[in-house]
Amino acid sequence: MSHEHPPHLQHHFDTSEQQFDAGKLGIWLFLATEILLFGGLFCAYAIYRANHPEIFVYAHQFLDKVLGGTNTVVLLCSSLTMAWAVRASQLGQRTLLIVLLSLTLLGGFAFMGIKAVEYEQKWKHGLLPGTHFAPHEEGTPAVTAAPGAPKTAPAGTIQPSATGPAGTVRAEAAETAPEGPHGKRPSNTQIFFGIYFLMTGLHGLHVLIGMGAIAWILVRSIKGEFGPDYFTPVDFVGLYWHLVDLIWIFLFPLLYLIS
Amino acid sequence: MSHSAHPRVGHVVPLPVLFGVLGTLLVMTFVTVAASWLDFGRLSLWIALGIAVFKASLVLLFFMHLKYDKPFNAIVIIVSMALVALFIAIALTDTTQYEPNKIPGYAPSIKTNPQ
Repeated sequence: MSHEHPPHLQHHFDTSEQQFDAGKLGIWLFLATEILLFGGLFCAYAIYRANHPEIFVYAHQFLDKVLGGTNTVVLLCSSLTMAWAVRASQLGQRTLLIVLLSLTLLGGFAFMGIKAVEYEQKWKHGLLPGTHFAPHEEGTPAVTAAPGAPKTAPAGTIQPSATGPAGTVRAEAAETAPEGPHGKRPSNTQIFFGIYFLMTGLHGLHVLIGMGAIAWILVRSIKGEFGPDYFTPVDFVGLYWHLVDLIWIFLFPLLYLIS
Repeated sequence: MSHSAHPRVGHVVPLPVLFGVLGTLLVMTFVTVAASWLDFGRLSLWIALGIAVFKASLVLLFFMHLKYDKPFNAIVIIVSMALVALFIAIALTDTTQYEPNKIPGYAPSIKTNPQ
């Protein structure tokens, strides 16, 4: 064997640097596919907002800017602790690494907790996507179907083209919508909540996966597996966590701050 | 705890840089919320997007080490973002090219000439 062969170096790589660079390129390629995945949803957002600006202007009032802003701050701070954790692992500061990874994980829990509060409020007010959309604002009776009314058109009936699948488009006219404290509700408001739940839901799923990955490197750092010679997993999990932060940086103004 | 230890791969970002980036990100978050209180009309979307792109660049360059990284990684991520921008731009140009009244009430915001 050669005079120097670090234990973490796989046999198919010549040097630690080659192994690190190859892994890093792999992670960046994965992050590129993540951007393309979210790109499809951002495109759906752009198309609907361009065609129905009135829905976005009306419906964004139901999102809590304070909770959304707090979540942005939480995620930014957890990004700092993650970047600092990578630095700590590079410098072999084991105790600091464990503390910083724990703080990052805590940030993930805080984010999901606030998200859960927001989702619960939407659920309570019936602000759900598609056919589940049944808003009931204060002072306005809930819009519910008459008992016994068929959920779908009887067999043999051809539905009007404006009635899309799964509640994407409703035949409901804007004039019949009740006047609420937030102004007149435009028709097809459920589209906004469909986009909102899909984008924040997929993002939330990424936060959960990131939290799992952080828990995994936290356990490994407690075992003392990372140091200046080998910190690759900390670095790569960090890149994933930052990407989750990056997506939220776009989601927050696009969903919460419409004017 | 050996502070003198230095990794043989990667780049160690100094703490003042990390905290400076966080500070800027928090300030920009406040700015984007404050900008939403004011009315810039059609510009407000572009102001919000500009701030978001600036914040994203800071995260990419410093938190994600792209500034110190192999340039190829930056090419990968910039190309993917450019493709998303192209995708959205072409889809948006396309969506305005249809007869607005094809589906009644589908695009109430689009002004059409009375027939």
